[in-house]
Amino acid sequence: MLTVVVILLAVIAAIFGIILGYSAIRFKVEGNPVVDQIDSLLPQTQCGQCTFPGCRPYAEAIASGEAEINQCPPGGEATIIALADLLNVEVLPLNAEHGEAKQTKTVVTIDEQTCIGCTLCIQACPVDAILGAAKQMHTIITSECTGCDLCIPPCPVDCIHIVPIEQNLHNWKWPRPDGGHSAPKAS
Amino acid sequence: MTEYALILLSTILVNNFVLVKFLGLCPFMGVSRKLETAIGMALATTFVLTLSSVSSFLVNQYILAPLGIEFMRTIMFILVIAVVVQFTEMVVHKTSPLLYNVLGIFLPLITTNCAVLGVALLNVQEQHGFLQSLFYGFGAAVGFSLVLILFAAMREKIAAADVPEIFQGSAIALITAGIMSLAFMGFAGLIKV
Repeated sequence: MLTVVVILLAVIAAIFGIILGYSAIRFKVEGNPVVDQIDSLLPQTQCGQCTFPGCRPYAEAIASGEAEINQCPPGGEATIIALADLLNVEVLPLNAEHGEAKQTKTVVTIDEQTCIGCTLCIQACPVDAILGAAKQMHTIITSECTGCDLCIPPCPVDCIHIVPIEQNLHNWKWPRPDGGHSAPKAS
Repeated sequence: MTEYALILLSTILVNNFVLVKFLGLCPFMGVSRKLETAIGMALATTFVLTLSSVSSFLVNQYILAPLGIEFMRTIMFILVIAVVVQFTEMVVHKTSPLLYNVLGIFLPLITTNCAVLGVALLNVQEQHGFLQSLFYGFGAAVGFSLVLILFAAMREKIAAADVPEIFQGSAIALITAGIMSLAFMGFAGLIKV
């Protein structure tokens, strides 16, 4: 009796699984594949320096022709070359309006002695990497920080500083062989 | 025909699932803060409830009953409901992205709406046939939608009203639901089913 029940349940669950699997293919929602490809080349800092609210909207804007490919300072030249490759367009120099490319990867730290707990930087952070509350000392979650520096302008007491990421055993990577033709990945 | 009309009337007003049988209270309290989301939830629940009522009837009638394993009812019905909800989500996502965005997270949440399982189990308990199950499920869904939308509309007004401090928030919502429930109890004298 028990065996019959277990087998029956398994069979019915399998049938339902097949139905759902089939309908997942049948009713698959076509995303825009170009947007996905562009998005995967962008550095995912979500910094908004391109004037779009994040990397995905910027990718959509590039795909629809509303934005140039040279508006991404965190990605720098490598991203522009990769995007130009993908879209078959000319390589453009980075648009200085949107900021300058960084040579080394950086994060920010908060000088906790100076911080007055105003929460302005928390609102500016696109990736929620700043921890703190009103009138409490804030701190940066270094592993979440993408180094977009958006928190620096709002700070009224200038207690946020840029520090380069030190290389250690945990974040060391092989240098890129082709001089940075592929897009840098967010780490 | 009278029988089906009576089932509808009974499930929508007299034996309303939310206010009289007290099933499906979590979406009733949780999704009723804004009228717009309440309407979305009501639509999605109506669809799922009707479909799952019928399909769980079929599963019970043609799989569980012939094999004499009715004790597997609850787990089987939950399986059926979960599949129906998933399927609905896919179809809605494909056919109407707008509706999909409006419903958002509420669509998968219907799986845990106890009214859905309640209807399936009550169908068996009251030995409903196919059409009766259909109307019972649909009526329950319309009843749920009716009180959810009414309640959401009231809560929007309450949000703007001057509520005494100790009653603010959930307290006034629960009191309102209680009074609504009392009002719906009044329908009990309408017909006898």
